[in-house]
Amino acid sequence: MSQPLRDTKERKFMTEQRLREAFGKQHKAFIGFVTAGDPTFDKSVASILALDAGGADVVEVGIPFSDPVADGPVIQDADLRAFAAGITTTKVFELVEEVRRKSDVSLVLLVYLNNIFKYGYDRFFSKCKQVGIDGVIIPDLPMEERGEVLPFAHKYQCALIPLVAPTSAKRIPQIVQGTTGFVYVVSSMGVTGVRSQLDSNLEDMIAAIRNSTDAPIAVGFGIHTPEQAAKIAAIADGVIVGSAIVKIIAQNTAETSKKITEYTRKMSKAIYKINREKSL
Amino acid sequence: MQTKKTSELKGRFGEYGGQYIPETLMSEVTKLAKAYEHYQDDPDFQAEMMDLLKNYANRPSLLYYAKRMTADLGGAQIYFKREDLNHTGSHKINNVIGQILLAKKMGKTRVIAETGAGQHGVATATVAALMGMECEIFMGQVDTKRQALNVYRMELLGAKVNSITTGTGTLKDAVNAAMQEWSRRTSDTHYVIGSVMGPYPFPTMVSDFQSIISKEIKQQLQEETGKLPDAVVACVGGGSNAMGAFYHFIDEPTVRLIGCEAAGKGVNTKQHAATIERGSVGIFHGMKSKFLQNEDGQIDQVYSISAGLDYPGIGPQHAALADTKRAEYVGITDDEAVEAFEYIARQEGIIAAIESCHAVAYVMKLAPQMKKDQIIVCNLSGRGDKDVAAIARYKGEKIYD
Repeated sequence: MSQPLRDTKERKFMTEQRLREAFGKQHKAFIGFVTAGDPTFDKSVASILALDAGGADVVEVGIPFSDPVADGPVIQDADLRAFAAGITTTKVFELVEEVRRKSDVSLVLLVYLNNIFKYGYDRFFSKCKQVGIDGVIIPDLPMEERGEVLPFAHKYQCALIPLVAPTSAKRIPQIVQGTTGFVYVVSSMGVTGVRSQLDSNLEDMIAAIRNSTDAPIAVGFGIHTPEQAAKIAAIADGVIVGSAIVKIIAQNTAETSKKITEYTRKMSKAIYKINREKSL
Repeated sequence: MQTKKTSELKGRFGEYGGQYIPETLMSEVTKLAKAYEHYQDDPDFQAEMMDLLKNYANRPSLLYYAKRMTADLGGAQIYFKREDLNHTGSHKINNVIGQILLAKKMGKTRVIAETGAGQHGVATATVAALMGMECEIFMGQVDTKRQALNVYRMELLGAKVNSITTGTGTLKDAVNAAMQEWSRRTSDTHYVIGSVMGPYPFPTMVSDFQSIISKEIKQQLQEETGKLPDAVVACVGGGSNAMGAFYHFIDEPTVRLIGCEAAGKGVNTKQHAATIERGSVGIFHGMKSKFLQNEDGQIDQVYSISAGLDYPGIGPQHAALADTKRAEYVGITDDEAVEAFEYIARQEGIIAAIESCHAVAYVMKLAPQMKKDQIIVCNLSGRGDKDVAAIARYKGEKIYD
């Protein structure tokens, strides 16, 4: 059935190291999300750099998909803006190259499986290695089907970041077996988007994951305030923020980059307050 | 045969099928698969389902000999499998009864469903009312307009209808919205997928529930003629009525299986939904199958006059049947379907769904090429009352329903 993400013996890879380092600092990690090409190629490069300037430890870059079933309206709209500006998978890689000229921040891609499948598994992960992508998150690839993608992620030393949901329960040990990079915990059911209340079951989920892996754990879906971020950081190793940042980008003003940097600083500060209890 | 249960590798049909869905839904889909694997062999479940099919849905449906069409076309003997005479007016009820009964056994109290033409939505709302389940339907905004009467019909049956404005506002977007709603709420909710698509166990389960169509055809035609059909013709969107009509003939190599796709304004235009003819392999809506998409894997915005065939993908069993050439797939344009809609009404006094008329249109081409001792069975998947106003407008009449 499911394949372990990696044989636990073989561990040292360059891209994975950059991702590990992002989680290995004296503070918990802040992970910000940007849709590639939203609202234009240049502006999304600027947004990624603004996240880096604000102290983001990892930037998650979304490849727009025509039918993003795991995403809420905020990110769906971002995808539409990016398509209107002519984004393609090829251009996303060019965009990453552009960012890499100016920044060494750890980058992961959020991409639906069909975009990778059509690009070609080998070609996609080879390109990831070439442009400096450290990991890939595939929202519609459960462990049952990951065997067809893993050999290519391994070949090009790209972390395949597993997702754990509130309903995963007994599936957790198998999902996180051999995790490289980090474990992405989906905080609540449904799709991406800001929420006022997060799942109360989060602590149990994180405890169950820690029982099965020593990989860092980042929590996403619904987080937007510094208070929420601090609460999450007290129990997890990283906080992922998507829709709240995309909402700033959607305003599309001359101040957008500045606002992203300020927001990132505010969120990171809330997270930095939480001391690292154990080194990873 | 790779499409039969016994040799299936858990929902794989050749390279197609699988379970490509977000982790939020995996646990529920796994539970569903286990429940289905259990109940499909449970005699009590089967008896309860058969009772509803017989006493509520009006099965078996007629196998009707189309005498006038046969004479007029001057070739093969033409039979229609009258799924349009089922309660709620289409084959959709076969699957809905099975799935809602299963949902009930799993302790669910609420069902959701996508719908294109509204036939699956109406069937779901109907059986939900019968079984005392809460019901919510997701329907593209464009479809709520071209099938306005069906929206009211679903509301009358106590369902809530959500009009979906994202994307093209058609069937694909309704599926997206229903999947998203299911990922929000699985504890009390079952998603009644209306076709042989989605992650395992859906394609297997839906084709099993629809296979009663070919089971009856085989028996009825045997009784009447002592023969197997030479060709079985059905329209294909996601492909549930066609899978149902093909199922028990897949292992009969003398029977030609022909699926009719929506060629819209022509397969050389961008306005069609002919997935087998023009699509390529992809992964979407939980399955690996054929899809109409661009080189980046972005799903196309497709078109058909028929809201029920207006879908950019096809069920994985059909993709496999096409690869092995066990079944043939042909494109039928809007114009040809509309011509068939009028033809069957005048020749046989049957107003058939515009979806089903894609199959009728192919019968009109095929029958004259066949010998008089040969037999075509065409699946009339639904009745066409819902289409009358739209076809009138298509023909330039100024009437509104």
